[in-house]
Amino acid sequence: MSALWGAVLLAGLVCLAIKLAGHVLPEHWLAQPRVARVAGLVTVALLSALVAVQTATTGDDVVVDARLPALAVAALALVLRAPFVVVVVLAAAAAAGLRLLGMP
Amino acid sequence: MCEGDDVTPHDPAAAARRQALSVAVPTGLYGVSFGALSVAAGLTVPQTMALSLLMFSGGSQFAFIGVIGAGGAMGAAVASAALLGARNGLYGAQLTPLLDLPWRWRPVAAQLTIDESTAVATAQGTRTAARVGFWWTGVGVFVLWNLFTLLGALVGDRLGDPRAYGLDAAAAAAFLALVWPRLAGRTAQGVAAAAVVVALATTPLLPTGIPVLLAALVAVVVGLVTDDRPPEVRG
Repeated sequence: MSALWGAVLLAGLVCLAIKLAGHVLPEHWLAQPRVARVAGLVTVALLSALVAVQTATTGDDVVVDARLPALAVAALALVLRAPFVVVVVLAAAAAAGLRLLGMP
Repeated sequence: MCEGDDVTPHDPAAAARRQALSVAVPTGLYGVSFGALSVAAGLTVPQTMALSLLMFSGGSQFAFIGVIGAGGAMGAAVASAALLGARNGLYGAQLTPLLDLPWRWRPVAAQLTIDESTAVATAQGTRTAARVGFWWTGVGVFVLWNLFTLLGALVGDRLGDPRAYGLDAAAAAAFLALVWPRLAGRTAQGVAAAAVVVALATTPLLPTGIPVLLAALVAVVVGLVTDDRPPEVRG
């Protein structure tokens, strides 16, 4: 079994175990406001960092290419309350179009 | 004139079912983008399906393939997925008293515990409606998410260079759409901005995948030090 398969299965099982913990642990362990706030902010931080890394980095370099204007298109679509799949497709189309025009 | 009690124009369970489907269909549909992005990131179709079936949590799945696709370490990919899945554990604690399930059903309910099923269940006014909302949303998203993941993976497998189709930008947009509803409130916005700065500033210095985890640490610190202040100042 490849290392990637191992990582896929391990990550899947860890995520499932976390879900199960919520359903079997005594409720008060997880119901503290501090735990809920930290978990909420960790979600925001991870997703925001992933936006940044996915938009503006290639390997170890910070780069600006067609992904940045495509992300602006996605943000505009979100402001206009477009559904998730429309946001994603518009961003892809914007990046693909800009690359056809010669942008890296 | 009041409506008689025997006539129920508003059946809470039926309303919960309608709401569940209105959430499950669009959520399931975007599984197609996950499937396509996952094979573009270098996973095989079976590996992609294993993520949707076993991990079954959009944010964690996108994070996992994001780190792998960028060339990050396996450990960083697993850690990112697990940290993003942490909130599902808290959802379980909210749902347990609502669902009040026998032990044998808890693993099934646990696997279906995601943003959408929790949101629909906790939005209902009665316990029956909450249960209907949870199961219809959870099962609905699970079935559609996996079907559309498969479709996306099969199509993505035949596409060739993912950049030519803007799939790298689509992945960024997917993360933006996931974080967007969570950005109400100054604290969340501040943490988001700090996370972006930390991730970009440390990208040239640290191995791929680690900057994202470092950004999560910022959130832990902010979450702990802002403990005793009023909950949120609305922006």
